[in-house]
Amino acid sequence: MVSISMTVNGKAVSGEVEPRTLLSDFLRVDLGLTGTHVGCDTSQCGACVVHVNGRSVKSCTVLAVQARDDEVTTIEGLAAADGTLHPMQAAFREHHGLQCGFCTPGMVMSATDLLQTNPDPTEAEVRDWLEGNICRCTGYHNIVKAILSCAAELRGHKVAAE
Amino acid sequence: MYNFQYHKPDSLDAAVTAIAGAEDGKIVAGGMTLLPTMKQRLAAPTDLVDLSAIPDLKGIGLDGDTLVIGAMTTHAEVAHSDIVKGHTPALAGLAEGIGDPQVRNRGTIGGSIANNDPTADYPAAVLGLNATVRTTKREIAADDFFEGLFTTALEEDELIVSVAFPKPAKAAYVKFPNPASRYAMVGVLVALTDDHVRVAITGAGQDGVFRASEMEAALSADFSPQSIEEMALPAESLNADIHGSAEYRSHLVTVMAKRAVAAATG
Repeated sequence: MVSISMTVNGKAVSGEVEPRTLLSDFLRVDLGLTGTHVGCDTSQCGACVVHVNGRSVKSCTVLAVQARDDEVTTIEGLAAADGTLHPMQAAFREHHGLQCGFCTPGMVMSATDLLQTNPDPTEAEVRDWLEGNICRCTGYHNIVKAILSCAAELRGHKVAAE
Repeated sequence: MYNFQYHKPDSLDAAVTAIAGAEDGKIVAGGMTLLPTMKQRLAAPTDLVDLSAIPDLKGIGLDGDTLVIGAMTTHAEVAHSDIVKGHTPALAGLAEGIGDPQVRNRGTIGGSIANNDPTADYPAAVLGLNATVRTTKREIAADDFFEGLFTTALEEDELIVSVAFPKPAKAAYVKFPNPASRYAMVGVLVALTDDHVRVAITGAGQDGVFRASEMEAALSADFSPQSIEEMALPAESLNADIHGSAEYRSHLVTVMAKRAVAAATG
């Protein structure tokens, strides 16, 4: 076993893990943060996307020991302390960017990373960015709409839901 | 995944010592290929040596006209680097097209070329741009580096430190991605340097990345898509699998090569 510590959603955490423990398992099993989902477990579906040091990664393809001393943000860390949803979460709700909801945490974490580097993406850029996030319900239409809406809102333009 | 000993050295010397001392050690860079392989139990190293804490392996810089990219530089860093975009825009574009954003945030140039997957993008860049692979032991020319499927000239205890790219006059990379995996069904990097053209092809070769010498000769004489219009690589030397026949890949090579030349001259 190896001792690790890292910062998760702004809080210092630590634990004892085997070197083979995945970051996704450390978050879900050791820390109880089950908002990070494991879909394919083969780095393709993106349900497990979290941020490590501010950039989106697939936590099923990162070892917990590799994230030692890093800053990790999961879907649980996006909303404000008083429960106010992050604008991306609010946009997914407003535009119904989900159906079963399984892929949603990864979608939201991936989308927030996109807007960090590209605050005004085109629809094509959003769809291209979602290459590593698979949704089997929605056909992506409302997910893309939610992300474009959130981007517009953060730039100061409100977009009405249909 | 079977268990292993984890090492995170903070210097190249310590990394070499760790890998040399391991019974069946593997080096992990970004882990985007190795970790999935270990999860499937296709690899079961006794020791994993993580290179992410070694400062000497990071960063992008210019050495005169030569672009030097540290082995642990991620695809996202290469894609967004103003230095890379100014030196060889085709290289930044190639990095931007690898996998998906999350893979580009972890995967590294050193890991990609050390793995030498026959459908990876970076081997085409290193070979087509005539780069030099700088290691802990020596400098290896691209023509000597790639030795076959998942095989390179690297020795067991030899680490890639950086990759040095000379500046081409013109270059472009065009690939036909597999619609599901985004790996290159065929990817072609075309580079013009002085009067000589190099054409490197990934995704299609039975032994991994290779140079298309007939296309290079035709394009060196006339750097235009028309000069390779009627040229098709013999299908016998190309990959055939569930994703496409060798004849299909042969056709794709010519189409991608023509598009790359058009992009380089456009």
